[in-house]
Amino acid sequence: MIVGQSIERLDGRLKVTGRARYAAEFKPPNMAHAVLVQSTVAAGTVAGIDTTAAKAMPGVLQIMTSANAEKLNLKGASVLQPLLQGNEIFHNGQHVAIVIATTLQQAQAAAARVRVRYNPAEAVTMMEAALNQASVPRNFSNGRAEPDSRTGDPDAAMTSAAVRVEATYTTPIEHHNPMEPHATIASWDGDRLTVWTATQGISGAQLTLASLFGVPKENVTVICPFVGGGFGCKGTNWPPATLTAMAAREVNRPVKLEVTRQQMFTSNGYRARTIQKLKLAANKDGKLLAIQHDGLAQTSMPEVGEFAEAVGLASRMLYACPNIGTSHRVVAINQGLPTYMRAPGEASGMFALESAMDELAVRLAIDPLKLRLANYANADATSGKPFSSKGLRECYEKGAAAFGWQRRTQAPGSMRDGRVLIGVGMATATYPTNRSPASAQIRMMPDGTAVVRSGTQDIGTGTYTTMAQIAADVLGLPLERVRVELGDSRLPPAPGSGGSMTTASVLPAVQSAAIQLRDKLFVLALARPPAAWGTAAKSDLRLENGVVQGPGAQVSFIDLVTREAVSFVEAAADVNPDAASKDHSSHAFGAQFAEVRVDPDLRTVKVSRWVGAFDCGRVISPKTARSQLIGGIVFGIGMALMEETRVDAETGRTVNANIADYLVPVNADVPEIETIFVEAPDLVTTGLGVKGIGELPMVGVAAAIANAVWHATGVRIRDLPIRLDKLLV
Amino acid sequence: MQSFELIRPRGIDGILSDWHPGDAFIAGGTDLLQLMKNDVVAPERLTDLDNSDLHAISLVDGSLHLGALATMAEVAAHVDVKREWPVISQALLLSASPQVRNMGTVGGNLLQRTRCGYFRDVGFDCNKRRPGSGCPALRGDNRELAIFGGSSHCIATHPSDLPVALMALDAQLDLAAPGSGTRRLPLAQFYRLPGDTPHIETALRPGEMITNVVVPPGPHARNSLYVKVRDRTSFAFALVSAAVGLAVSDGVIRDARIALGGVGAMPWRLPHVEAALRGQRADTSVFETAAARAGDGAISAGLNKFKIELTRRTVLRALRTVAA
Repeated sequence: MIVGQSIERLDGRLKVTGRARYAAEFKPPNMAHAVLVQSTVAAGTVAGIDTTAAKAMPGVLQIMTSANAEKLNLKGASVLQPLLQGNEIFHNGQHVAIVIATTLQQAQAAAARVRVRYNPAEAVTMMEAALNQASVPRNFSNGRAEPDSRTGDPDAAMTSAAVRVEATYTTPIEHHNPMEPHATIASWDGDRLTVWTATQGISGAQLTLASLFGVPKENVTVICPFVGGGFGCKGTNWPPATLTAMAAREVNRPVKLEVTRQQMFTSNGYRARTIQKLKLAANKDGKLLAIQHDGLAQTSMPEVGEFAEAVGLASRMLYACPNIGTSHRVVAINQGLPTYMRAPGEASGMFALESAMDELAVRLAIDPLKLRLANYANADATSGKPFSSKGLRECYEKGAAAFGWQRRTQAPGSMRDGRVLIGVGMATATYPTNRSPASAQIRMMPDGTAVVRSGTQDIGTGTYTTMAQIAADVLGLPLERVRVELGDSRLPPAPGSGGSMTTASVLPAVQSAAIQLRDKLFVLALARPPAAWGTAAKSDLRLENGVVQGPGAQVSFIDLVTREAVSFVEAAADVNPDAASKDHSSHAFGAQFAEVRVDPDLRTVKVSRWVGAFDCGRVISPKTARSQLIGGIVFGIGMALMEETRVDAETGRTVNANIADYLVPVNADVPEIETIFVEAPDLVTTGLGVKGIGELPMVGVAAAIANAVWHATGVRIRDLPIRLDKLLV
Repeated sequence: MQSFELIRPRGIDGILSDWHPGDAFIAGGTDLLQLMKNDVVAPERLTDLDNSDLHAISLVDGSLHLGALATMAEVAAHVDVKREWPVISQALLLSASPQVRNMGTVGGNLLQRTRCGYFRDVGFDCNKRRPGSGCPALRGDNRELAIFGGSSHCIATHPSDLPVALMALDAQLDLAAPGSGTRRLPLAQFYRLPGDTPHIETALRPGEMITNVVVPPGPHARNSLYVKVRDRTSFAFALVSAAVGLAVSDGVIRDARIALGGVGAMPWRLPHVEAALRGQRADTSVFETAAARAGDGAISAGLNKFKIELTRRTVLRALRTVAA
């Protein structure tokens, strides 16, 4: 079995040698370059755009504004702005023009000469200024959940409980900042469009672009063999991709648009600022009696779209509690449209819930881990459904043992190394197991290699590798004789790579196609069997090492395909989530254990140790899976200690729109990370037993650090990020 | 970025004689290119200083001479610098990243422009970038900005670490201008406070360039160190940094030097704290008393208020460490 083996990622060599081709690296002939021009006000209208000087610059082909841009079909689009369809300004940094020139440098120089005049209007740039305008989300969780929930009577339970915790937690705007900025090359041939674009969802991009330009879906080809990090900001077809296609049509030649690092802060969503009120009530033994989690999240003006950060979903299911209430409201302001960012909902929401649990443990003088165990849920407390699999107890136990949790002393500031304050903290992680319909195709080639094809994408998570593993196992081929093709919308359709669902969705399709191909190979072999096989049937045959092995003789795949005189033998599968999964609550789980060292004078916080134990179902590729776990924990360290997009209140413009001033962790901020797999296969959701793994490991990280900081200092930080100024008290 | 011409003259004389108004000098380019890409500056012509013969690091009569084109990495690793002026080496090693230090130069680092987010984004007003347009940072996001030396027109900080160390060590600069030879100027007189002309940042005259930095030796220089407090462990600008040098004999502080980074419109010397140390015993209570005055005269713009207390603590940490 290759599945489960710790193998190198198949695309690793291509990446480190620079041969993996990313969206911006394709070179269609005669390609022109486009540069975005963005507004410097947050609300109002464009009064006029003077392009005279810019148009006269060398190499300029065209300047598109709302005055000359083609009209798009916006019906059904999730991002309605800014597509140069009108004069209104809804946020600072909104695209108002696009300059197209022969070279990138010419386009950049001309873009700086475009003069935009505004009729500015009063803008609401900060969520806090519009809390009284909070409203119920129109499309919460894409219709998969209700914005509000109520089980039992949390208010009544709260009133009569022995112990209560009530606190407000806030999380800032954060930007994904993948290494690869958003980039698109678009090329039209009549009414057929080809785009090379950095996306987590080629099928979504294909549908959206076809709809916007009013052409059949089949006319749009989206190509994306590699993604240099997405983290959610490449999940939606954002305006720059559409604008590139508009520009290409306008100048009638291929056009490339690479979003600059600064524009990455205004062009493809962000994690919304949230204000969350948490109320917990428990009896003296720590048994939870009530949870009330009310979340407010920032969103854009409705003309741009709506996104509701689903902070309360984990509170509905994580702990055994008879009375649970949650609510979600959005606050529309003059900022761009937020979007999914790694562990959307849970990353922010579990910071609040798991900080509050720690506060409750302090109030009760109970060990925080014991408090979690005292409220261990065997069924989803809100839906009442059983969990499809749950290895959380083992995560707590194995994580705590590896970390040495029992050495923790209860009182804050009680653990020291010389003068340095040591703090330890823990938190639970959880993320839903998602699965969508997917399809795949496998071709056995005349040279005896298998080509596995699916219109999915590998956003760095190891999809190339896991697809090959599954196919190799079923087909009895060594890995080097399996080739994977993905990232092209002409391949069999698969869902977007978001919500940690790629493995759970695509691998069952690959497995099913492989099983069917195996069957075809058996049939072909039995059609002209070797003499030694006699009356052998399918059940007497097996595939191994590139041959069909029967009793006393074998036929190689090469012979099978070549003697048919076909280009390849092919099987395809189109699979849907099992209906049984609807009767279960399906989640991945984990336990995070953090140690921090706090300078007693300067109050700098350094994460010094980490143990994370994760039930992410069956692990297909332990090495790439561990990379995901490490990456998620590092992402969480950034969320806890440094990441924050800072907005100038007066103008609504981002002050730190670059990665020198928007800080993410560097290597020196990250300790040795110990990860433990607790494999509780989810056989209800997928026959393979896999759960999602991309988002899970960052959930709970910020809370574990905040809890450790409290343990070190006695200071409870409820507002991320935890920077030293908040600890200088 | 606007298009520009690149010229590569040979030798300092060639460089200076080729200079025209509107030209900019480029050394490592680690800051200038960012500013050009963001349209903060748009020089018509760049004069490459790589052939200037200003790369040497040498000792002259016991003083350290740093050529303006010596790289940050070269200076940081120089054996004499590490022994006689450790604060210089430490300040450099705590700056930027190895890649940047391999490209960045002494002269360029002294002239690095502020990291104020309002200055670096042409979408904002900024008195430094567009005189008279206003300073939104004063009432905006000013967490990282200056508590010393600012004005009602600008509270930008000087971002570099090296000049903080050099300020503490009373370094002098050799400046060369077209047609007027070389002059020597104390670093303390090189930087200009913003006042009502925040766009004028240094005493450099048109076409004038830094050619050499001269650092005198001394027991305070030999016993010196750099403490840098920041929001992440590496590759971040200082919230507060302190360069300190103490000359101690028989338990008595004979000389004390303290300069701060991250808090001033220019690298900020603390003469009153130095005076409170000089002649005193090198012990914790003296350090505490002196460091308690490190925030004197600071002005908070709001979000940067924490820097006043952090300054006191950073100075105390630096004094305790250097005396240990």
